Amino acid sequence: MSPKLNRETFIRSIADLLRKAEIELPDDVVEALRKAEAREESPVAKSQLQAILKNIELAKNHGVPMCQDTGIMIFFVELGSEFHPGFDLEAAIREAAALATREIPLRPNAVDPLTRKNSGNNTGAGIPDIHWKLVPGKQLRVTVAPKGAGSENMSALRMLNPTEVGSIKNFVLETVINAGGMPCPPLTLGVGIGGSFDKAARLAKETLLEPLDNPMSDFEKEVLEAVNSLGIGCMGLGGSTTALAVHMKTAHCHTASLPVAINIQCWANRHASVVFGGEE
Amino acid sequence: MEYHLQTPLKIEDIEKLNAGDIVYISGEVLTARDEAHARILEMEEKGEKLPFSLEGAVIYHCGPLMQQTETGWKVISAGPTTSGRMSKMTPPLLKAHEVRAIIGKGGMKGVADSLKNRCIYLAYTGGCAALAAELIKEVKTVHWLDLGMPEAVWVLRVEKFGPLIVGIDAKGKDIFAEVRGKAEKVLERLQK
Repeated sequence: MSPKLNRETFIRSIADLLRKAEIELPDDVVEALRKAEAREESPVAKSQLQAILKNIELAKNHGVPMCQDTGIMIFFVELGSEFHPGFDLEAAIREAAALATREIPLRPNAVDPLTRKNSGNNTGAGIPDIHWKLVPGKQLRVTVAPKGAGSENMSALRMLNPTEVGSIKNFVLETVINAGGMPCPPLTLGVGIGGSFDKAARLAKETLLEPLDNPMSDFEKEVLEAVNSLGIGCMGLGGSTTALAVHMKTAHCHTASLPVAINIQCWANRHASVVFGGEE
Repeated sequence: MEYHLQTPLKIEDIEKLNAGDIVYISGEVLTARDEAHARILEMEEKGEKLPFSLEGAVIYHCGPLMQQTETGWKVISAGPTTSGRMSKMTPPLLKAHEVRAIIGKGGMKGVADSLKNRCIYLAYTGGCAALAAELIKEVKTVHWLDLGMPEAVWVLRVEKFGPLIVGIDAKGKDIFAEVRGKAEKVLERLQK
């Protein structure tokens, strides 16, 4: 028997999931920000980190979005091969996005790219953006990551030459310097290496969902240390923590290519997940 | 140093401030971001009069999240947006109007010269929208709502709005440029 899912219950859960993501940061992100505040020596950067921590608490206590840029909605859906929803999941997710926009409320951010006309409810062509993954099992897992424009705008992708593996670190550093205070540091950096032009970008984005306290590889640590040695600091006003974590994901790529994508995430590393269906 | 300023701002209020000082603003601020800047400049070019005054004004780079209630508009969330997007449009705007302070986040590349002896740039912590909403006491009015909620010009009454860091002072000192210069030097060293 495949588990049954009620469409209305699903829409309600997704709208609630969006509310959670907009109002409350995951514990690992708050903890990383607290640690950054504790070790910061620049008084200006410290004042900025304290404002961030105060803001996180206020948003949670008042039940309001922590940032006015409530983002565009990026969904990651893992659909178990033995889970049969029995309705159009994509249409239901769109409905939930519009419902959450009205209820919470969220800022309507989705516009036509050319006319710039705002749809008014955070849905539109290709929005919400849904990453589908078919997995074995009886469960449906939905993660939402509302993504603000400040950090997304400073992200970068470069098709390096296959012999330029040694310059990946440099590309990250240049991207972070170019971004300065604009993407609201302290950042989380998601780096996608390999795959194809679009695959590298998708890997970079997925990587942003990793818990910040996940152990980092030697290369990730090396890049994080170099990024923090730049001294850009919280909000680009100078300081010791420019990034909280660097996470990388790789995929095999064509022997003649080396795609590298850097997805920048602001301090408000918002995401939340919900699981439907029985035990695996 | 810490300063408490009341709008409208006079040149004497801001010329004494130094990059790195902390400022709190009380009075009136106007939100303006990409589309509002474009329209202000367009009207300027056509010689049309703006529906609001920018003399002695404080511009806030912010696209707020508002909710309409029976009694008017309510601020839900209103933090600063990335000022860099307004960098090109700011020098002509400052030529046409005596704006005395710009509040935003991330700094403004290449604008320090235009600010000299006229205006200061104040950095407000990016993303701190719930905190900002606490300090906005009233939505006085809104202009150009046809541009959409984030792009409209919202006239807000604020009390002790801050802490704001003087990012670029009226003498041309720019913290963001200094931090960037230092970071570039570190990168050069790492590349050796």
